[in-house]
Parts: sequence; structure tokens; C-alpha cells
Amino acid sequence: MRWINVRPSSGMRLTLAVAPFLIVLAAYVAGSAARLADNANDKLLPGLSSFVDAINRMAFVPDGRSGQILLWADTAASLTRLFSGIGIAVAIALVIGMLIGMLPTMRALLAPFVAAVSMVPPLALLPILFIVMGLGEASKIALIAIGVTPIMIRDLALKAIELPREQIIKAETLGGSSWQIALRVVLPQILPRLIDTLRLQIGPAWLFLIAAEAISSEAGLGYRIFLVRRYLAMDVIFPYVLWITLLAVGTDYILNRLRIGIFPWSELEKNT
Amino acid sequence: MSAITIDKVWKEYGDQIVLEDISIEIEDRAFVALVGPSGCGKTTFLRMLLGQEQATRGTILLDGTPLPPEPGPDRGVVFQRYSVFPHLTVLGNVLIGKEMTAARYSGRLFGAARKAAIEEAKALIAEVGLSHALDKYPAQLSGGMQQRLALAQALIMKPKVLLLDEPFGALDPGIRAEIHTLMKRLWHENPMTVVMVTHDMREAFTLATRVVAFERLRDRPEEKLRYGATISRDIPIWPPRRAGEPSLIRPDRDGPVQKGQ
Repeated sequence: MRWINVRPSSGMRLTLAVAPFLIVLAAYVAGSAARLADNANDKLLPGLSSFVDAINRMAFVPDGRSGQILLWADTAASLTRLFSGIGIAVAIALVIGMLIGMLPTMRALLAPFVAAVSMVPPLALLPILFIVMGLGEASKIALIAIGVTPIMIRDLALKAIELPREQIIKAETLGGSSWQIALRVVLPQILPRLIDTLRLQIGPAWLFLIAAEAISSEAGLGYRIFLVRRYLAMDVIFPYVLWITLLAVGTDYILNRLRIGIFPWSELEKNT
Repeated sequence: MSAITIDKVWKEYGDQIVLEDISIEIEDRAFVALVGPSGCGKTTFLRMLLGQEQATRGTILLDGTPLPPEPGPDRGVVFQRYSVFPHLTVLGNVLIGKEMTAARYSGRLFGAARKAAIEEAKALIAEVGLSHALDKYPAQLSGGMQQRLALAQALIMKPKVLLLDEPFGALDPGIRAEIHTLMKRLWHENPMTVVMVTHDMREAFTLATRVVAFERLRDRPEEKLRYGATISRDIPIWPPRRAGEPSLIRPDRDGPVQKGQ
């Protein structure tokens, strides 16, 4: 049988899916054991027991100085910033994306501007944001919003333009005004795409968040990683990175479930 | 009343002349089939009736008043594809016309008004034979069912004119025959004029009261740009079919379709 026709059974699929994770883990354990055998004080690849210690210290025991449990305090600070930034981005992207997608006049006015703005590297704006908005929360949230909004606008506008012209004409013959067509025909059909766009932008949003936290912050997952870097505390950095990844993967999964739950037709359309 | 008068209409895209000197009177309650080879401007003509495109020269009058330059609720339409909204159920698709007409800002109805609209929509859905699929989404319907839904969706607006752009072109012959029966019944029962673009001669002669052929009379390569298509034939069907009246000679074929047929 040709390889392109070989389909793994469900058990096989699970095994295959887990395998890369196990291989990476095994490679780490082996590497760590080899280095620790040479030098018991090696900090680069700490053993699994050091991770357990570090996780216990960060996630379950209050910090001696501040009295807070650091991992949770950091997570709360980071997620607040992340979701504030993303929330602002979503609101702006929906409004401007629909304006560009639906109204030729607004498209002529805004599309070239948005296209140009989306090419500005957001991290290059970070110093400006820090100077203008100070070192507090506002500048970090602004960086995330600025970083992800233009791409979301362009994606939503594209989706709105892609809607078959026949649908818009049909809506007009059903008595729809521009506003009603936006509300009843275009908006419901771009919301699933909004969720998909959001899923793709979670990665960049974390990038901007960690960059901002690394430079100036008093709490946050990115702040902690860059703080303990000074002590080569790999036993803290690795679990933090893993935790950030888990948060991102979890958000992605929840958003996709949300899309299927709220817009069941979008999943049906995908399968036709 | 819903008579259409088309007077010396030309359609040009830049240098390209698509339609030239089209004049035709479509009487109230007629069922006109537009036939002709591909690319001869039938769909362009339909789009001008719809208001999606404007005539370059000439006038189009509906009951004596010029057509507004955009689509409106007095002219319903069914396209070959994308006629129904994928994000609404069968009921939602038929309801949306009522909702947008009645609620100017929210586009939704509530309470008693909604109940009344649902009753009306359900009656129409039963009319096109989709009562068993009220809560299904278009992706769960076959092509024929989607076109039935598109008809119900257009008819709830009680349009003066129903425009059909190859509506049954993608359906297989058995389903097409069924939907022809439905189409004939809807035309007999609803006070509207129908204009249908089709490639299928059999369909044209089965349904229409009048078959109008579009053709490029000058079609040599060097003439293509400067000469458009025009009406080359205008064939009334005999014995005449009249909306709502059984035909004298072939009542079974040409008369109003009985329920259950």
C-alpha cells in the first residue's frame, strides 16, 4: 500500500502524538544526568528533582519577602495584561475590520493606512510607549494591542470582503439597510473567523507581553524569567516556560471549543 | 401590478459593449425565461433589473417608475449558489426578511411580533416542503433543498418581481423536475412577475409564458468589442399560460398545480 493511503488507528495516533514529547523529555533527562555526573553543581540542565523543588517553592510556598505565592501572582499580572491588550485589539479590529470590509468609502480611507501601520515593528515602538505612557501597565497593554490589532483588522476585513456578493445582494432584497446587514449578515459570519484570528495571535501577544515585562515590570511571568536569569536559575525558568506554553495551548483549545459551541454552523461549513 | 418596461437599454464596460438596444415590455404576472449562449449578457440584464448594475443608456421602469439604483425589497432574487445565509437555520433564513423590515435598528423581533412572523415563515416553509428541516443549517441541506429555502426566503417579502439566475442549474434532473412543479405553483399563487435566466431550453419552455433569446448578431472576432448582444427571439408560449388560470388545452401541464402534485 502507498504511504499516502496508510491511516494510523486511533491508538497508533495517540502513540505517535505523545512520542515527540517523550523523546524530548528523555533527551533532556539523559543530558541532565550526563552533566550532573560530571559536575554535581551544574546549573544548565538541572535534574527533575530540582524542578520539583523549584515548582514547590514558586507555586505553593509564599515568598518570604512579599508574602505572595510568586507563580500565581505572576500569572495573574501577566494574564491581566494579556487579556486587556487582546480585548482592546478585538474591539478595535471588529469595528475597523467591518468598516473596511463592507464600505468601499471606508476601505479607500483606511485600508492603505492600516496596511502601512501593520508593517511597523511593534517592538520598535516600545521605547516610545514607555516614554509617553510611563513604565506602568498602560504601556505594556498598549504594546500588545498595537502588536496584534493591525493583523486582526486586515484578516477580518478580508473575511468580510470574501463573503459572496450574492449574500449581500440577497440581504438588500430582504429589506436590509447597511446597518442591519452589518449586524445580521456580516458580523455573525466573521465572528468565527475572529476567534480563529485570535488563536493565531495568542503567540505574538505573549511575545509582546514578555518583551515588555522583561524590560520593566514588578511582577509577571516574563519578568520572573528575566529576573532569575541573573542567577542561572534554570530550575525556575524551565517550569515557567512550560507554564506559559500550557496557558497558551489551553487558551487556544478553549477558544476553538467556544467557536464550535457558539457557531455550530461554522464547523458544518468547514466540513462541506 | 408589476409590469416592467425596458426601453433602449445599453450596457457598456469601458469600450466593451455587452448589451445593445434592448427594448422589451414584460407584462404583469408574466414568467419570462431568458435564454442564450454563455457570455451573451443574460445575467448582466438580470443584474440591471435587480439594481446591482446600472444601464449605461436607456431606462428601466417598474410600473412606470424608474428602478432605484440598488437592490430593494420589491425585487426578490434567487441565485444559483450562495443564496441562503450559512449562519442561519432554515427558519432563521426565512424569518430574516421579516425581521429586517420590521425592526430598523436591532434587525430582530421579539414577543408577539416574533411569534406572528414565525407562523408566517413556517407556512411558507411548509409550502416549499421543508417543514421537517426547520432547525437545520444550509450546510445540512441538499442543493435542491437549499434552492427551495432560497425561494421561501425571497417570497416572504412578497416581491413584485422575482428574479432567478440559473436557480436550478446545479440540480440533478429528478430534483429539477420536482422543483419545477414547485416553481410553477409558486408563480400561480403569488402575485408576482418572474424573470428567469436559464441554460436549459426544456426548463424555459416548461415554465415560462414567454421565452426571450439573447444573441450577439455580429460575433466575428473583430466585431466582438463593438457589438453587444440583443434580443433575437421573443417567443410566446402557445397555448398561452396565464397565472392562476388553468390552461384550456393542457390543464395538467400548464394550469395551477394542485396541492399534493
